Amino acid sequence: MSRLSHLQALEAESIHIIREVASEFQRPVMLYSIGKDSSVMVRLAQKAFYPGPIPFPLLHVDTTYKFKEMIEFRDKFAAELGVKLIVHSNTSALQAGANPFRLGTERCCGLLKTQSLLDALRAGSYDAAFGGARRDEEKSRAKERIFSFRDSLGQWDPKNQRPELWNIFNGRVEPGESIRVFPLSNWTEMDVWQYIHVENIPIVPLYFAKDRQVLVRGNSLIVPEQDFVKPQLGDKLETVRCRMRSLGCSPCTGAVRSDADTLPKIIAELVAVRNSERENRVIDHDREGSMELKKREGYF
Amino acid sequence: MCAASVEQPSQQSFDIEQFLAAEESKGLLRLTTAGSVDDGKSTLIGRLLHDAKGAYEDQLKSAVRAGQIDFSLLTDGLRAEREQGITIDVAYRYFATIKRKFILADTPGHEQYTRNMATGASTAELAIILLDAHRGLTTQSRRHAFIATMLGIPNFVMAVNKMDLVGYDQEVFNRIRAEFEPFLERIGTKNYYFLPLSALKGDNVVDRGSHMPWFDGPCLLEYLETVDAADNMIQAPFRMPVQRVVRPDQNFRGYAGQIASGTIRPGDQVQALPSGRRSKVKRVVTFDGDLEMAHAPMSVTLTLADEIDISRGDMISSGIPPHSARIFDATMVWFDAHPLDPAHDYLVKHTSHTVPARVDGVRHLINVATLESEPATSLAMNEIGVVRIATAKPLFFDPYQGNRVTGSFILIDRKTNHTAGAGMILAEAEGSLEDAADRLVRLVRAAVPEGSRLNLPSDDAQAMEVVRGLLKGVLR
Repeated sequence: MSRLSHLQALEAESIHIIREVASEFQRPVMLYSIGKDSSVMVRLAQKAFYPGPIPFPLLHVDTTYKFKEMIEFRDKFAAELGVKLIVHSNTSALQAGANPFRLGTERCCGLLKTQSLLDALRAGSYDAAFGGARRDEEKSRAKERIFSFRDSLGQWDPKNQRPELWNIFNGRVEPGESIRVFPLSNWTEMDVWQYIHVENIPIVPLYFAKDRQVLVRGNSLIVPEQDFVKPQLGDKLETVRCRMRSLGCSPCTGAVRSDADTLPKIIAELVAVRNSERENRVIDHDREGSMELKKREGYF
Repeated sequence: MCAASVEQPSQQSFDIEQFLAAEESKGLLRLTTAGSVDDGKSTLIGRLLHDAKGAYEDQLKSAVRAGQIDFSLLTDGLRAEREQGITIDVAYRYFATIKRKFILADTPGHEQYTRNMATGASTAELAIILLDAHRGLTTQSRRHAFIATMLGIPNFVMAVNKMDLVGYDQEVFNRIRAEFEPFLERIGTKNYYFLPLSALKGDNVVDRGSHMPWFDGPCLLEYLETVDAADNMIQAPFRMPVQRVVRPDQNFRGYAGQIASGTIRPGDQVQALPSGRRSKVKRVVTFDGDLEMAHAPMSVTLTLADEIDISRGDMISSGIPPHSARIFDATMVWFDAHPLDPAHDYLVKHTSHTVPARVDGVRHLINVATLESEPATSLAMNEIGVVRIATAKPLFFDPYQGNRVTGSFILIDRKTNHTAGAGMILAEAEGSLEDAADRLVRLVRAAVPEGSRLNLPSDDAQAMEVVRGLLKGVLR
């Protein structure tokens, strides 16, 4: 009798987690960021409840600075799946002109992602929110639980996490408190790509290499989609064959030079490239331990 | 070189289709590490990640101090830890070779963090216990081996680190092994492998190195790649705690769960607990199509031939029925700052079942340094003891040492919602007539076909023969 392959084992574990949440919480919601990890997470949710429908809505926290292709993909994806999609933006901050250039990435993320997310969760009275974060992404994430407790202000206390043993999860919360749930905790970037390949999961075309007009700024390739992203001294506007390794807001997510225009080529690139995927995300490097600070405040 | 397979294929000769085909059958090994503050655990893990390409370049860059990679910085994640220079919580690391993918629970070894070790050990199939060649065996080493053994880990590497500090002396290694082995035998540690290494210099981690020609066993990574981690839970009786009833319309009623142990096929006889009602499996349903066979730890949805009442928290089983008891004894690790209190209200979460519970007394405390039982009335944080638990409804369980899924539970404080402790079930409390009767009824129901009668011959030997025949049907 054979053991499960690593992808089968991860799938079985994630489905177990998703079912526990759907069964134990009153109002769960699945954060949907449109990225590859979200796509995998939604597929796992489909599998968890098959032949029934996914019994909770998807929530997209839209900074309005996402790539246009992401939004197109999102709307098509949700419609085809027949799942309820909630889109939330921090409209008051946006009306006040919030963008990463005026506020800096830290404050911009704080308002348009963290604050917006907390507002959306409060508005929906959600007591559990699934996120697609993986522990291999960043050092502070390596210590996060699968069921991660948030106090009534939505904050994470890394020193006071609930012990988590076996596959038994403690999801008990008081009104106002909530749990963030990470069903992909044990997946790596490689696992996610292989699963997308094996399962034939649709993803945003930005992940695939093609010739794109980008601002070349040192090692960063920035797609100038937003009006406020203007060439600075030393920037060059060039056509570069490139792709996104992770998706975020267009002003803050750089592309990487690449020829990988198919899934096998992306996986082959991953085997060869030894830079972690968040390196092209400006926000993680704001200062030492910046992801941990964001997470404490409620960022995913 | 050891035979560990960390080389990455060069891009030119890299055949992606071949790679993907190989990846599809790659297995997963979950492991944990334990060591005391200065045993060099972070350095060992850092080197493993670095040499097995589990750490990325930008992470390596941020770990360079004075021109050299400080491997321990690769694994220190939280600000508080960097400030104190110690690891304060379980961190999960991921690396892979061509043969296996590894999930490593990196747990701190300080005395006050027993709970972290238990957490990391709970899902591990292998434990690396770090020993310091220079300092020799410590109370901590014994403590680590004991906790990992208690949590049912089937494989161990006893890594005698810092061999460089003792001149790579074989005598030192042999002495530590000779001193530790009787202890391991006494506590029942299974399948252990003593390995001399230097995490700092890299000897016997990924590469053999040249300093210890007297040792010819596999180095660490090769051992991790090849250790037989066959999952014996597939051979155990079938158990599936029901997580959810899937009922999209009138025509479909399925029971969703992750198989805890055993295998299941359409047509198999199963028993639903607590009702005791029996039925046959009609379909094993998944998103990817119905299956001819499913086994632990797959997540599936079962449909049954008969309409029987099953809901979340129930268990579907076959073969020998699980134990059923409201009162049972368990080894508990206490986590909460608030000590165990028999007057306090708790909840037991066991598989998908959450029930009110209280602690019906502490039988004894286990002194982890001496392994002696000591009288106690409570357990404080990080203490381990044997307690008697009484639940509002019966639990369906197997003893932990035979089934880590159906034998484990957590105790939740009803006031604070904290996970106060983790328990490993030993057995139902002796002398419980109710539980004995319950178990007998279930066993008879499983062995005797519904509607037929059990006629026991008056001669005991003949009666035994009849019962043996019936039980064979249950045991298959």
